[in-house]
Amino acid sequence: MPDGPGLELLRGEIDVDAPGAVLATSYDKERAALIVDPARVVEVITWLRNTPGQGYRFLSSLHVADYLPAEPRFGVHYELLNRERVERIRVKAMLPAEDPEIDSVTDLFPTANFQEREAFDFFGVVFRGHPELTRILLPEDYVGWPQRRDFPIGGEPVTFTYSEERYG
Amino acid sequence: MLRGNLEGEDLERYVEERVVTTTFEKMLNLARANSIFPLTFGLACCAIEAPISIVTARYDLARFGAEALRASPRQADLIILSGRVSIKMAPVVRRLYDQMLEPKWAISMGACSSSGGMFANYAVVQGADKFMPIDMHIPGCPPRPEAVMYGFNKLQRKIMGNPDQGWRQRYNAAGTEEWARGGPASKPSVEAAEAYELARELASKEPARA
Repeated sequence: MPDGPGLELLRGEIDVDAPGAVLATSYDKERAALIVDPARVVEVITWLRNTPGQGYRFLSSLHVADYLPAEPRFGVHYELLNRERVERIRVKAMLPAEDPEIDSVTDLFPTANFQEREAFDFFGVVFRGHPELTRILLPEDYVGWPQRRDFPIGGEPVTFTYSEERYG
Repeated sequence: MLRGNLEGEDLERYVEERVVTTTFEKMLNLARANSIFPLTFGLACCAIEAPISIVTARYDLARFGAEALRASPRQADLIILSGRVSIKMAPVVRRLYDQMLEPKWAISMGACSSSGGMFANYAVVQGADKFMPIDMHIPGCPPRPEAVMYGFNKLQRKIMGNPDQGWRQRYNAAGTEEWARGGPASKPSVEAAEAYELARELASKEPARA
């Protein structure tokens, strides 16, 4: 795992080949993360995968987080792993609340297929170029994106007489 | 006993001691209540308590005549919903219930299948009553096997006491009967339909017993 200075060096190397693709870096709790331009995320991940000496050839996880009420709201996280050196790096792309769309990385990592479908299923993030972007876990006719923070929690309200008397 | 061995009062007493008179309906319900075939069917963690634990030697549901767990809904007449029902599983459960032959009963076991329990979220049906008729709710999270057996005994009493559950009326489900002749387009024979209508008529006239 690159440490703080290593992360800055890595960013410098990416800036040489893809200027402006990396918007920022973050190093928090010993986790190195590159915050990239969502339009160029495939370019950065391809670079990390194919450049000699980098070799992040394993996508261990792809997930989405909802940072409501921040804007841009959705963060797409790619957890990459170099299996020779056992080094991990996170690539993060922030998407707006309206029509979140990002390029698919299924051409680079076949494992991203199901993970992108799951992210679409629960957050409604559209992955452009995905071979079959349909719901994977929820029923096909489900309406809404239930893991978004503004999605109603569902179920039925349970009123206890205690809380009713006390809090009205 | 050979004919002619007893005469008069002795014969009267002999018959009184050995013969019980009852109605056919009561006899039938007695048989139904004590020979239930539960469906081998588990949904979540409650399946450890029922139907797995209650058929083991310690709890032994065989005492109540229900040890024969069937692997097919066509052979079962009791379904125990043991756990939370997700919205994706609910159509499957409903289909299993529809495939069971009449008369049939359903037990909702535990907090989750009765009310959604702790899963008040987008994925879980808030109570199995929403998509199928339930005869007995057993509270608990999970209920102990003793509680399941108590609920089962209550169900037996219900079967013996009230022959017509009337759930098709309560749930406005007339016309959803599946007849055991095969094929979705199969219809009951004229005799079966007439008998069924007659039974409905009689049941609606007779006040429901508790």
